[in-house]
Amino acid sequence: MSMILGLYNYWIVIVLMMIGFYIIIAHGHLIKKIVGLNIFQTSVFIFYISLGKVEGGTAPIWQEGILLYSNPLPHVLILTAIVVGIATTALGLALTIRLKEAYGTIDEDEIQAMDNQAMDNQDKESKPC
Amino acid sequence: MGIAVAINQIKDMFAVVMLAGIYGLVSASFFVTLDAVDVAFTEASVGAGISTLLMLTTVAITGRTEHEASHKPMLALFVVMVTGGLLIYGTFDMPYFGSVDAPVQNHVGPRYILDSMQEIGVPNMVTSVLASYRGFDTFGEVTVIFTAGIGVLALLSVVRRPEDDTAIEAINDSMHEKHLILRVVIKTLIPFILLYAFYVQFHGDFGPGGGFQAGVIFAAGIILYAMLFGLSVARRVIKQPLVQLLSAIGVLIYGSVGVVSMLNGGSFLDYGVLSADPIAGQHLGILLIELGVGVTVASVMIIIFFSFAGRSEYQQAKKGKSL
Repeated sequence: MSMILGLYNYWIVIVLMMIGFYIIIAHGHLIKKIVGLNIFQTSVFIFYISLGKVEGGTAPIWQEGILLYSNPLPHVLILTAIVVGIATTALGLALTIRLKEAYGTIDEDEIQAMDNQAMDNQDKESKPC
Repeated sequence: MGIAVAINQIKDMFAVVMLAGIYGLVSASFFVTLDAVDVAFTEASVGAGISTLLMLTTVAITGRTEHEASHKPMLALFVVMVTGGLLIYGTFDMPYFGSVDAPVQNHVGPRYILDSMQEIGVPNMVTSVLASYRGFDTFGEVTVIFTAGIGVLALLSVVRRPEDDTAIEAINDSMHEKHLILRVVIKTLIPFILLYAFYVQFHGDFGPGGGFQAGVIFAAGIILYAMLFGLSVARRVIKQPLVQLLSAIGVLIYGSVGVVSMLNGGSFLDYGVLSADPIAGQHLGILLIELGVGVTVASVMIIIFFSFAGRSEYQQAKKGKSL
């Protein structure tokens, strides 16, 4: 019982992470993949923050008379990671828009099919016999 | 967790994006319960605000529906189950949640908690670690954000011609006349949002907040304006070249603080030498680099939104012409 109570935060993280992972590999839609990536990312954030939590501690802002604080280091790492995450997400979405313009679709399978077709055509042209 | 499952199931991208926003907000409240107020602040403004907005813009450009996946999901499910099982097996050796003697709490953490008040003199430990102890890291992260801004610009920037502008403005006028109440309400709200951003920026030493959060909130105020009054109006208020310049200046401020502290005889980003009193020097250094961070983050977010929205307007104008 104490094991369940002691480790449940990791299990939540893992379940979230696996949902994100599943969305990334099982869906062809590129925006959905990015959403899945975000869920995966958030699960890692929760993992870090829950590592820094101290039972009975408080938020790491210094105050007279309080001795027990949660660890500020994971907070710093995750804070910057969130902002970097949005920047990279924006970059991914920008790529998605360009793909939509180039291919007319953002479904992974359809893009693959178009690419294969283009490759086949190229092969035929290069080998006239 | 339920939200994440729902995101997996729903095919309508609009609903998916909205759920992702809610997911961001829920995880922000989760961070509050875990004592990470600064992180919660950032996640609420980024995860629930800006990222939802950008995804909505993308969905508007690329279309709402998702096709049924052609390949079998069973293999994916199997891979996910195995990975998850292995990870859960791995957690059996982990320290229990909230325990004080976990390895994480025994390295540099105690030093930050015990000494930062004497060494830096800033009550918010997250700020002192972010800006001073790990200033080099943060510098790298600001540079990453700046680079991402450049990347989005390179991918999405549109060469604007005057005739395009008039076509776009016609679309805007027809779109925005409807939202009169929203416009009046938002117009009164925007000064407060911007003021709040400044409060978050300069109060980050004492309470939760700092350059990253302030930058995002400031950008959110501007983006709100751009959404309701049209992009071309917003561009007239905030010139894009100026914003691009500002994003570079933010990184420059950060780097310059480091160089100045080197010139004063310290090492890179050692603020103690910036002033005769080390504590005052630390205060000055943290203030300056948080300013640099705030300027860069705000302008990069504005650039990203302008590029996204500009792209979608450009496509609308193209469609309008071909009809």
